[in-house]
Amino acid sequence: MDSLIIIATGSLVAVCGSILGCFLILRKMAMVSDAISHAVLPGIVIAFMLGSDLDSAWMLVGAGLVGVLTTFLIEFFHQHGKLQTDASIGVTFTWLFAIGVILVTYYAGDAHIDQDCVLYGEIAYVPIDPIILSNGQVLGPKALIVLGGVLVIILVCIIPFYKEFFLTTFDPSFAIATGVSASLWHYVLMSLVSITTVASFESVGAILVVAFLIVPPATAYLLTNRLHYMILLSCGFGILSAILGYYLAYAIDGSIAGAMATIAGLVFGVVFIIAKYLEKSRRIAEMEELSLASK
Amino acid sequence: MNLETFIEFFSLQNPNVRYVVLGSVLLSISSAIVGCFTFLKKKALLGDVVSHAVLPGICISFMVSGTKDPFILIIGAFLSGWLSIIVLDYIVANSKIKEDTATGLSLSVFFGIGILLLTVIQHSGNAAQTGLDSFLFGKAAALVGKDLLAFSIIATVILIVVFFFYKEFKLVCFDQEYAKSIGLPVKKIELLLTSITVLAVVTGIQAVGVVLMAAMLITPAAAGKFWTNRLSIMLLLASVFGAFSGIAGAYISYAAPSMPTGPWIVMILSFIAILSFFFAPEKGILIKLFKQRKIRNQLLEENLLKSFYKIGEMNEDFTASRSNEELIEIRRFSSAQFKAGLSRLSSQGFIKKENSTWSLTQEGFQKGMRVVKLHRLWELYLTKYLRIAPDHVHEDADTIEHVITPEIEERLEKLLEYPEADPHSSNIPYQ
Repeated sequence: MDSLIIIATGSLVAVCGSILGCFLILRKMAMVSDAISHAVLPGIVIAFMLGSDLDSAWMLVGAGLVGVLTTFLIEFFHQHGKLQTDASIGVTFTWLFAIGVILVTYYAGDAHIDQDCVLYGEIAYVPIDPIILSNGQVLGPKALIVLGGVLVIILVCIIPFYKEFFLTTFDPSFAIATGVSASLWHYVLMSLVSITTVASFESVGAILVVAFLIVPPATAYLLTNRLHYMILLSCGFGILSAILGYYLAYAIDGSIAGAMATIAGLVFGVVFIIAKYLEKSRRIAEMEELSLASK
Repeated sequence: MNLETFIEFFSLQNPNVRYVVLGSVLLSISSAIVGCFTFLKKKALLGDVVSHAVLPGICISFMVSGTKDPFILIIGAFLSGWLSIIVLDYIVANSKIKEDTATGLSLSVFFGIGILLLTVIQHSGNAAQTGLDSFLFGKAAALVGKDLLAFSIIATVILIVVFFFYKEFKLVCFDQEYAKSIGLPVKKIELLLTSITVLAVVTGIQAVGVVLMAAMLITPAAAGKFWTNRLSIMLLLASVFGAFSGIAGAYISYAAPSMPTGPWIVMILSFIAILSFFFAPEKGILIKLFKQRKIRNQLLEENLLKSFYKIGEMNEDFTASRSNEELIEIRRFSSAQFKAGLSRLSSQGFIKKENSTWSLTQEGFQKGMRVVKLHRLWELYLTKYLRIAPDHVHEDADTIEHVITPEIEERLEKLLEYPEADPHSSNIPYQ
């Protein structure tokens, strides 16, 4: 039962990450998600300090705001300070992360949080942290429920506005010309990335969320050019990595989240080789066709 | 701040303090210098990738050697840091995946493998492993003599390499095509640059940890860039910023022992960088805003004076008072701008206020006349020499009238032989 819960949690992170990640990598914003996943640390610490029973919900709201703030700062330094994007990302997220670490150390006694947990999480604890209702009824593992909620939020934001996300991703100037606000959907996407990060940081940690946001979508991108296939394929690769990762970690007694990221990388490697081989044989076939045609 | 602690710290009597201060300063300077080059190559996030990617190398060399000797661990770290860059470049070169995605991919997968190996080591019950995770979070406040020795050697190597290959690095960063054309081995120089970057990162993360290492490379360079366009000065500034933050960070964690050194170094660096972004002369955000405002004000004032002159021209009376309505009829101004512009003009002595009407002073009349004259001269120039139709020249003249210098004014007058009227047969006024 526990292993099922862990795999389900991993798969939920993978699915949330895959959906958002496809848009991110097509917008060439993969590293912004890396930045956000680190920058939410001060937000998490503050939420912990304010700690209430509603902490999960508040943390998601707070995270959304911090994500928007991070995105805004990156854009601000880039546009008004003429600082190149990569440097703007680097300066912003390390600064916010440093603030977070200092806060963690300062309030170390009060908050049940430390750097380890933020960086690489511990998915193995998911089954032993259930949400218990006031009448004593056990609702289920907290991380699983929160992540399920986040997935619902993502679907509610993306499915009705698929067209807007699609347009602003592939042709922002056309989108603006037809009256779709590129920056609105940009900030919505970034807020979704932040809440996904916060919802999953306890289980897989900030950096491995990035693995789920980037690696499965990149793998899918190798195989297709169509966005909806890419999202579906990416979810598939993500879930596969979650399942295989769990068993790898089980076999060698290591971090489950780490193993999931390792498998995701491995899957990418395999698909990369296959895709290269397919392209090569396609090219050879094309050349043969050409030489036949010229005869 | 406690003076005693302050003196105790800066007299460097305590060997522990000495190690921490020297270590932090060496690290900060060498990463700041390397960071300037990666910054200029627009590969600032390379350091972030490498700092995450050294973890598997550290774990594997620990597994193989069974010791925590910094030199042995650094070799493993160096190799896996290197490998991550090669993987990144290979993916970008051989697929349609873009650089940012490949960066994130390489970073997160290497880090994932590292975490997996680290936990396997931790669970193996090997007692020697404790402290390996200092590579994750840094341990600047717990540096010992042996670490310092390793830092000094590596910092020296980096400085020597930069000193001898300064020109080559500069060329490769600024103008790769030119570097190629004069026969420089660009690929090899890039390789060398990547190597010293990896080296700087590998040493740095022991002090500040995986995540904050990126800041040690990027932030001083980004701050330095706002003050200068010269590489040599940028390197110097970045090193000074780095060294200052190193000392200050060490001091804070000395004065308040619960405070971590690394994050404070980065906090102070970021603070310097953000101050630079806003307040640096020429490139700072505030200075730019200030300049923009100044230009906008100048345009507004000149346009207002022009309106005064035109009304005067129509009524053949330049000194009479004008009401707000009359002025707005000539040219549309937004009401807030209009009021602010008029009050600035009156405080500069170009116009006088009488009740709620305004009249030109002698200076204001001169200035308004000059703007009108430039406008009409330019219109004439455009129709006469560039053969642009008279109904197309107004817009252009409206812009250029504010920037023509007295020298160009004189040349225009001579070229057009002191004309009487513009293409719309309006009179061109002279003093």
